[in-house]
Amino acid sequence: MVKISTQTIAEEIAKGIDKISCEVEDSCYAALSHALEIEDNKTSKFALSVMKENFDIAKKEHRPVCQDTGMVVIFLEIGKDVILTGELLQDAVDKEVAKAYTYLRKSVLDPVSRVNTRTNTPSVIHTSYVEGNKVKVQLMLKGFGSENMSKVYLLNPAQGLEEAKRLIVETVKVAASNPCPPVIVGVGLGGTLEKCALMSKHALFRKIGSNNPDPTLDALEKELLEKINTLNIGAQGFGGKTSALGLFIESYPTHISSLPVSVNILCHCSRCTEFEIGGEE
Amino acid sequence: MDAIKLSLPLDKKDLAKLHVGDMVKLTGPMLVFRDAGHKRLFESIKAGNQAFEYKGETIYFMGPCPAKEGEVIGSAGPTTSCRMDKYTPFMLDNGLAGQIGKGKRSQDCIDAFKRNGCVYFAAIGGAGAIYQKCIKSAKVLTFDDLGPEAIRRIEVEDFPVVVAIDSFGETIYKD
Repeated sequence: MVKISTQTIAEEIAKGIDKISCEVEDSCYAALSHALEIEDNKTSKFALSVMKENFDIAKKEHRPVCQDTGMVVIFLEIGKDVILTGELLQDAVDKEVAKAYTYLRKSVLDPVSRVNTRTNTPSVIHTSYVEGNKVKVQLMLKGFGSENMSKVYLLNPAQGLEEAKRLIVETVKVAASNPCPPVIVGVGLGGTLEKCALMSKHALFRKIGSNNPDPTLDALEKELLEKINTLNIGAQGFGGKTSALGLFIESYPTHISSLPVSVNILCHCSRCTEFEIGGEE
Repeated sequence: MDAIKLSLPLDKKDLAKLHVGDMVKLTGPMLVFRDAGHKRLFESIKAGNQAFEYKGETIYFMGPCPAKEGEVIGSAGPTTSCRMDKYTPFMLDNGLAGQIGKGKRSQDCIDAFKRNGCVYFAAIGGAGAIYQKCIKSAKVLTFDDLGPEAIRRIEVEDFPVVVAIDSFGETIYKD
């Protein structure tokens, strides 16, 4: 067995927040640069050039890319040979997240009273257990201009995959200019309501340009992305060739009575990272 | 690309010359607030004790990151405007000159911009670092307890926006 302290995990997460609040993920930068190159729509091209310049300034001067520095979403894959030591994971992480948000916007509040917690905590942590003796951390700062445009549908089997495909495209169409397009689309297919939503969030960690290991889903991803890019939403909703930079699907078996479909939209500033933490024998 | 330079407060004669898609650089004072600020302003109006005056002003829908030492404000890009749609026609009918945010607006808002000869500008969503650099001064006017949603007065210089709804009721966002 290997011991890893929750404090170590929390400190690495805090370092990650400091970096990704100011630097978008590499494949996102490359995809946005490509969208700028190929755009003909004058207003959309202007918006894309501002977005790219913003990425460059934010990274060079270490300033938050976007003022919505999001809610902190963490997926932890914990190796089954790992023993977590120290404080409870949520407590340790939230203490470090609060410190990491000193110069980031604190956007988290109580949903009933709407009083701000003033620390940007609690963060949202999902854990799973895997083979091995390491902890894998996937960290995302999720803005809510895009989160607000996301949807879960529970379809009848009779409505089938065609209706699922229509609704995925429709969700991006209805979101239009609100989620700061060109967007990145995470899709969950199957599972239960919450499993489906979780898959659509987790799918957003995929690198833009990567293939889905499942050939059927890969073909579906390409078909849907192509359809979305004919919607003429363009950068900021000004029209143009690129309405989405990428679309990623995760699937899971579901019940004979249902076809759950979840669409989680991410803005053009993908603030995601992942890393592994090893421990001491 | 050549941008039209305009100074704030906005002059309706200048607004009448703007058309959807025009790129504009704004210089001068504006008000900054978003969801919670609007909610509280309207509660104060309802109670007969309007918290602050917005006649002739341009409102930027934004909630900034905190300022680092020696800086006036943190990252400062626009937020989604449609959440403020329910407040907008009343404010335009009562003297508000313009709004800056991101994303499409309701038909009621479009009609109110047209009726009052006002303009809605789209700032580039996500471009927080660029807009921060355009802000030359910032102070909280009221509702400090709202944190990032407090009412602020900022002075901007060459603040890049696109005309998204013009005074003729045209909109850049296609259905």
